[in-house]
Amino acid sequence: MPQVIIANELKNGFVVFLTEANHWSNDIDEGAIAKDVADAESLLKKAKIAEQNCEVIDPYLIEINIENGRRVPTEYREFIRAHGPSVPIPS
Amino acid sequence: MYRYDEFDSRLVNERVEQFRRQTIRRLNGELNEDQFKPLRLMNGLYLQLHAYMLRINVPYGTLSSRQMRQLAHLARTYDKGYGHFTTRQNIQYNWIQLKDVPDALGDLAKVEMHGIQSSGNCIRNVTSDQYAGVAREEIQDPRIYCEIIRQWSTLHPEFSFLPRKFKIAVTGCKQDRAAVKVHDIGLIIRRNNEGNEGFEVVVGGGQGRTPFVGKTIREWLNAEDLLSYLEAILRVYNMSGRRDNKYKARIKILVHQLGIEEFRNQVEKEWQRIRGSQLKLPQAEIDRINNYFAPPQYEKINDQLELLKKQKADSPAFSDWLKTNVSDHKASGYSIANISLKGPDLPPGDITADQMDAVADLADRYSFSEIRINHRQNLVFPHVLQSELIELWGELSNIGLATANIGHVSDMIACPGLDYCALANARSIPIAQEINERFQNMDKVHNIGELTINISGCMNACGHHHVGHIGILGVDKRGKEYYQFTLGGSSDEKASLGDRTGKGFPAEEAADAVETIIKTYLETRNNNERFIDTYRRVGMKPFKVALYDSP
Repeated sequence: MPQVIIANELKNGFVVFLTEANHWSNDIDEGAIAKDVADAESLLKKAKIAEQNCEVIDPYLIEINIENGRRVPTEYREFIRAHGPSVPIPS
Repeated sequence: MYRYDEFDSRLVNERVEQFRRQTIRRLNGELNEDQFKPLRLMNGLYLQLHAYMLRINVPYGTLSSRQMRQLAHLARTYDKGYGHFTTRQNIQYNWIQLKDVPDALGDLAKVEMHGIQSSGNCIRNVTSDQYAGVAREEIQDPRIYCEIIRQWSTLHPEFSFLPRKFKIAVTGCKQDRAAVKVHDIGLIIRRNNEGNEGFEVVVGGGQGRTPFVGKTIREWLNAEDLLSYLEAILRVYNMSGRRDNKYKARIKILVHQLGIEEFRNQVEKEWQRIRGSQLKLPQAEIDRINNYFAPPQYEKINDQLELLKKQKADSPAFSDWLKTNVSDHKASGYSIANISLKGPDLPPGDITADQMDAVADLADRYSFSEIRINHRQNLVFPHVLQSELIELWGELSNIGLATANIGHVSDMIACPGLDYCALANARSIPIAQEINERFQNMDKVHNIGELTINISGCMNACGHHHVGHIGILGVDKRGKEYYQFTLGGSSDEKASLGDRTGKGFPAEEAADAVETIIKTYLETRNNNERFIDTYRRVGMKPFKVALYDSP
């Protein structure tokens, strides 16, 4: 199953995804996809370096499905992390 | 109202500057997360699902209008324009950025507020009855003792690394609105035949994955012995509480494993050794603290029963609000007004910055600038002239805070659940909102009568599900949210833990299950019997039949 790297950005805590360009994006659809074990290990290694460099906190791999070209986390918890609370933000 | 003294002010300001330097070092990469995490937690800063979360104490639930305005300022300046009041008389900001936290803490320190000891294995914010100092039947204002405990426990060197977090609640009334029996220590103020003040001391209560109703360790404790006795309890716990397993590390487990007799013996032994020490509370000190909680200058006025009767007749909506949200005050001519944060529009306990400012303005006009927070995630104006209640109700209606449901079905306690919390297994807020939607008809709500529904998104039970008349626990079952139900819980003076109904329900059936339980209650109750009394009389059977078609 394909995977992407999820983490929290250090300075603001917001959820971010590791991109192909080795940057961090708030948009899961910009996340680099690991198609196999080798890809996953490579992405995780880059993410751990970013963690050591104090860019992000607690990066890890999450499983996704590709639906209509969009990356959709298989776990509901990660879906909520990727898209925000399922209830409107009070305003 | 109590104001921090010079010592508190210096301590809080020094802590802000210390944390500012620690934050800079973290952002510069001089500290890694393992090194920084304990430092941020000691200031109430968590990392949740979407962002950092800052938890701020509201000691014994008492806030000034000035403090409420500052909370609004924080919400607006550093967060997304709202805050969330919790079940522990705290407020949480869900979107605060690390780089802004030192400034936010600095702004809080200007109004004598902070997040110290709102996290970690220490003595947490001491909580109390939201009607403290104004309840008609009160023996003594519990905030006096809360404040004494706060001063004693703040940065207490011996109790900064307890086996687990430690929560103390104090009530001064027979009627328990502070859930003292489900705290690590619950203190109930009593007066003996000689007219002296003292405490019944309850220990080992708690919720979480292993809930217990606390046990009385001492029927009577003289007020002067409060701190030495608390210290003896904490010391026994600190020495013998488990540290190998965080789920078995709370004092309730130690009390359960030792048995209350043995635990009492150990505490008494330690207490006899230290009770004559400097921990003995002089009456002069109690009186000094008492002076800070002197009541405001009430007008000398009679109860306005005729006026209220006429206003009720003129406005059924005001009449509803009066019935559910207004309580007796110790001073004639005054009432206690509860402000529900369980309206149809926002998650339970949430309030916007604009509403906070408006509440602060209303507190200045109608409640001697004083506001209370309760563990059911609502606000209270403690001193409102009865003649001004209708005006206040009108003003609250204008800002969406006049929902007439206190203590009723839609006044649900809900933790943030999986929408925000890193520990949660299931969502709480959408279930609470769906139940709220189903009970918008106030005639229906008032016909059901007094009923508490509490929902938690995981076993940690921040939503107090064990002690809801109807408790709902969200669980993850093979990647799907399910909700288990308990019935018969209560956190008042007759505290009890709910009984599990049976297998859980998927999210889309949870609100239906609540309706089934309530329908069964309405068919079973005698006259105006409350839900909890009906359940205690008839037991689980009729509810189980209704929910599962089998007893």
